[in-house]
Amino acid sequence: MLQALAVDWSAFFADSAVQTALVIGVCAALINASLGVFTLLRGHAFAGHALGDISSAGGAASFLLGISALWGFLGMAWAAALAMAWLGLREARERDLATGIVLGAGLGLTALLLYLAMTTTSASGSTVTVLFGSLFALPPSLAPVVLLLTFGTLCVIVLGYRPLLLIAADADLARAQGIPVALLELVYLLLLGLAAAISAMTVGAILATALLLGPAGAALQLATRPVWAFLLAALLAVLAVVLGILLSWQSYYWFSGTSWPVSFFIVLLTLLEYLGAGLWTAFWGGSTWTTAAPPPSACAEDC
Amino acid sequence: MFANYMLPTWIAASFLALAAGAIGYFTVIRRSVFAAHALPLSAFPGGAAAVLTGIDPMIGLLGFAFLGVVFVQQSSRLGPKDLAIGLLLSSFLALGALLLSLTGAYAPAVYALLFGEVLGIPHRELLPTAAVSLLVLAVTVLSFRPLLLQSAAADLATICGINRAGMEWLFLGLLAIVTATALPVVGTLLVFTLLVAPAAAAQRLSAHPARAFLISIALAELLVWSAIALSYWSNWPLGFFVGTLGAVLFVVLRGGGLLPSPSGIRARLSRRETSWHHGAGPNSGTRPDG
Repeated sequence: MLQALAVDWSAFFADSAVQTALVIGVCAALINASLGVFTLLRGHAFAGHALGDISSAGGAASFLLGISALWGFLGMAWAAALAMAWLGLREARERDLATGIVLGAGLGLTALLLYLAMTTTSASGSTVTVLFGSLFALPPSLAPVVLLLTFGTLCVIVLGYRPLLLIAADADLARAQGIPVALLELVYLLLLGLAAAISAMTVGAILATALLLGPAGAALQLATRPVWAFLLAALLAVLAVVLGILLSWQSYYWFSGTSWPVSFFIVLLTLLEYLGAGLWTAFWGGSTWTTAAPPPSACAEDC
Repeated sequence: MFANYMLPTWIAASFLALAAGAIGYFTVIRRSVFAAHALPLSAFPGGAAAVLTGIDPMIGLLGFAFLGVVFVQQSSRLGPKDLAIGLLLSSFLALGALLLSLTGAYAPAVYALLFGEVLGIPHRELLPTAAVSLLVLAVTVLSFRPLLLQSAAADLATICGINRAGMEWLFLGLLAIVTATALPVVGTLLVFTLLVAPAAAAQRLSAHPARAFLISIALAELLVWSAIALSYWSNWPLGFFVGTLGAVLFVVLRGGGLLPSPSGIRARLSRRETSWHHGAGPNSGTRPDG
């Protein structure tokens, strides 16, 4: 029993699959946590989830065409992001319905592409790989590209931090101040697509939502200032991913030779973080700024 | 196409579409699209558990769908409802992924559970499916007026003495039953299209509640029948046709689908859509200009 609990650290870090998984997983955690805070502040949880789901069609296409999974996921996520930007700009009140319809069409396409990949190629495990992730099977050559994309995303967020936050809080005010709202909306959606694509490779296309919403939701309950929310969300997301990888790696010894999927552990940890943050605020009080500043919708009701 | 082995599918799908069109109408009026997408996903581990333990899939699916309803209702106290729904669906899906990895299920089995299977309903499930569908239809018809009022104007319904929480449980419970029953045929990921697309198109065609309700059922039947026929001919997955035909239906019948629509119900809706604290719907917290 004790032997199963002892982690063989040198073997853990020497494993090249673990190294790649750690690098890409941490990148996915950083991007998703920071964009998750914006997503929740704007109430875009469904759109964020839909982007991840739809990107699975790209992942399926990459199996069919034999291209790298990253470009498949990313291409489809960006196509969906552009479609949503177009829909969102034209009729915002219908957005939930329109998101649902686009999501249905995207998942239908996934169904077809996965079916074709299953029947025409030898990649019979593509369904599980695309939808539930394959963090330990990613090629190490992907790590530099993902690192570069993450660095770019974080730079954009740091540079555009104030206008992006203002748009999330009150788009009308941002527009009145001369901030190019439409342009930044597009940037935000493209970054959200990137986050969805990278976390689709990490935890799987249909589980990507957990990494986007869980740590950010926990951080928004605890943090007392916006900056702390971002930092706390990033910390919690990295913690969930690293711990998830460790647990999945270690579970090989617990369950006599069958390791549990890494996606399961990461999602479970993000859920626990969210519920734990809820308990924490219930006992010790929490976030002052998200509760003090009324959400935009409440204002719309009063004004 | 109407060979003997296809008959259970045709019969079951026709009954399922009755229930799906009926509950879909309220789903669209309440704008509970995200919930309708999440509940089948929360039922998914039930299907996986059925593969693992060999119990009746229907029991597993229904059990986990109801667990999902309870989870949504309880955890929406913590924060915005869409956040709760998003976390619910990913954690239930992850549980299903774990169960499937434990069974070592074959890829086609996983695929069928996620994207549906034309022959997903065996003979012995036919009677329960028909009974459940008719039951859901009967309950929606019997509670049509209070449910509609609560869905379209929650505050007014509260004043009229309609129990808000009770109606929410009723709606989500019916939604859970329909999704769990339709899941083996249409698949976990695409059940919600069957609910949302016909109802959304129907709302555009008529603002009159009873008429829109009937059109929604008719369109759901049309969608299911044509998807089964196309799937039979092309041998392509049923889910592909349900998803894409649903989108086509929505776009065609709504005249582009994106123009503002001056319907009476929607005008009343605009007020209740804007509440974030009250957790009115999955879209709560979004803003008109977003």
